[in-house]
Amino acid sequence: MAEETTSADSPNATAGSGKPVIRLENVFKTYDLGEIQVQALRGVSLEIREGEFVAVMGPSGSGKSTIMNILGCLDRPTKGHYFLDGVDVSGMSKSELARIRNRKLGFVFQQFNLLSRTSALENVELPTVYAGISPEERTRRAMDALTRVGLASRAGHHPSQLSGGQQQRVAIARGLVNRPSILLADEPTGNLDSRTSVEIMEILQTLNDEQGLTIVLVTHEPDIAQYARRNLLFRDGKLKRDSLVTERLNAREVLKSLPTPEEQAAEDAVEETQRLAKADSPA
Amino acid sequence: MDFMNTFRLALRALARNKMRSALTMLGIIIGVGAVIAVVSIGQGAQYLVQQGIQAMGTNAVFISAGSNRAGGVRQGYGGVKTLTVDDMNAVLQEIPLIKQAAPALSNRQQVVFGNQNWSTTVTGTTPNYFDIRTWPVQQGSAFSDEEVDIAANVCVLGATVEKILFGDQNPIGQTVRVGNLPFRVDGVLESKGQNVTGQDQDDVIFAPYTTVQRKISGITWLQFIAASAVSQEASVASVAPITSLLRERHRIRTGDDDDFLIRTQADIADLQNQTQSTMTYLLGGIASVSLLVGGIGIMNIMLVSVTERTREIGVRMAVGATEEDVRRQFLVEAVTLSMLGGFIGIIFGLVGSALISNLLSWPTLISGKAIIAAVIFSAAVGIFFGYYPAHKAAQLDPIEALRYE
Repeated sequence: MAEETTSADSPNATAGSGKPVIRLENVFKTYDLGEIQVQALRGVSLEIREGEFVAVMGPSGSGKSTIMNILGCLDRPTKGHYFLDGVDVSGMSKSELARIRNRKLGFVFQQFNLLSRTSALENVELPTVYAGISPEERTRRAMDALTRVGLASRAGHHPSQLSGGQQQRVAIARGLVNRPSILLADEPTGNLDSRTSVEIMEILQTLNDEQGLTIVLVTHEPDIAQYARRNLLFRDGKLKRDSLVTERLNAREVLKSLPTPEEQAAEDAVEETQRLAKADSPA
Repeated sequence: MDFMNTFRLALRALARNKMRSALTMLGIIIGVGAVIAVVSIGQGAQYLVQQGIQAMGTNAVFISAGSNRAGGVRQGYGGVKTLTVDDMNAVLQEIPLIKQAAPALSNRQQVVFGNQNWSTTVTGTTPNYFDIRTWPVQQGSAFSDEEVDIAANVCVLGATVEKILFGDQNPIGQTVRVGNLPFRVDGVLESKGQNVTGQDQDDVIFAPYTTVQRKISGITWLQFIAASAVSQEASVASVAPITSLLRERHRIRTGDDDDFLIRTQADIADLQNQTQSTMTYLLGGIASVSLLVGGIGIMNIMLVSVTERTREIGVRMAVGATEEDVRRQFLVEAVTLSMLGGFIGIIFGLVGSALISNLLSWPTLISGKAIIAAVIFSAAVGIFFGYYPAHKAAQLDPIEALRYE
């Protein structure tokens, strides 16, 4: 049974037992567009602890993108405070925020956003370039991260030589390379087919279960949200519902029940033959 | 992010689109190449000229009769009759800075040997003229002072005249007709080639000035005096005392112009140098315009590049690049482009000027200064024209950049 709350202040809503890595205190975000003022967030307070796996959902205009931008330190609250790892980042300068992003956050985007004509290894290395470490250390960390997502053998491949799923895995490795506390994923399965989406969710679940990585994921697909442990529902700039996921899906199990690509191809071939047969026989 | 790092990353970014990088560099390559080639050729020409001037003798002081303006009418070389051998002797006596001097007067005459004839310049002088002009005799000898005293009919041929009249034959001891008079050929001079104004210096015959004065031209005055000073500094220092001595002797009133013109080696060298370097700089300046165009090309391409890489910039910012990081990255890319183009341009310029020097048998002098200037200029172009695109890139908002289609 889902425990529903209408206010965000619910101790039951947290599923992690670690310390709070994210704490929003009455956060407002207003965009000044000249004549109009858009209130994207209206007094959002929430807490996410270490090791949680949170899905953020809501219709467009609900503030879910804005919340992600603020959590990702790409934007600052107009009012209120954001404590990241206990540090108030709401008043920091742009370059300070950049440093925070580099050290503490990992990003995964819907459109992968890998550099073209660049090897997977170099792509994963990107965040380390701004971390001020030696080239040897950078390569080591990048290979480490690639291994964690199972793509060490593809280190030299360019994105054009990788499938969508593999590209997203490289992107996840990139998000992990500086060993951040939190991974922020914006519709990570949006550009992937169903099977690959589940494969990606498997990686995220593994990272969360086995390595305790805190994951915050934005999605509009309820199926994907079922892989997380906790759901935050936004509407009209407010946190409307903060609940634990019941009947959570286990990606590994789901994968077993899905046909493999070979089986899928065989099924498709059979379907195609049947269709052609029907078309040939006179109606 | 240290510099070596940034530089390597810039190279990799440029390598991602080699064709575009190459085309962007083209403007700089052409600009720098043109400047280097032009300056090398110009300096080679200057060197040629300097050599020619050096060949005239470094301590030389030339006093020619007639100034640029005499009596309101432009007289030019040789039109005035006041310069004499006595003047020359006075200079020798009273101005110790002057080591030796030779008189000179010239006349155009027909010279005949056998069935060859040639119209050339006959210059009357004394044997020390050849010393003053550092003009050695290659065959035979110059006439002697005694022969000058007796106004003997002897002569020394310039290399061109010798070739025309005698071909392969030995001219020494032969008799040529100068005007209508027979002259014995005592010697042949080494070739001096063209002078600074392009005239063939070897198209000449020298004879004792006494002979020329009395038997050929009938005039007693000189057209110029060639003197040599004890040193290069002395040659420059001698101008003032010679001027006042001659003004006194020629009774020229204060305020009136000299009726003679004194030129030292240094003057001539300077003048030529100035002209040449003005030319060189002018041409170099024009070539630099293409460098400017190259810079504009870089700016355009960088702007396009920034727009195309908006998402990439957004990602870089998201993973931790500051505005400064982004700006530096694009600036370094621009400077790398321009300096790489500069180096290639320098090579092309050197190759080009070597080619031209081969084709035109013109010496080219590689100007170290021009190369350094080209390097600095390329860097400056990169910084200047790369700044605006780099600034635009740095000012992008990461959220919008990530959303960019």
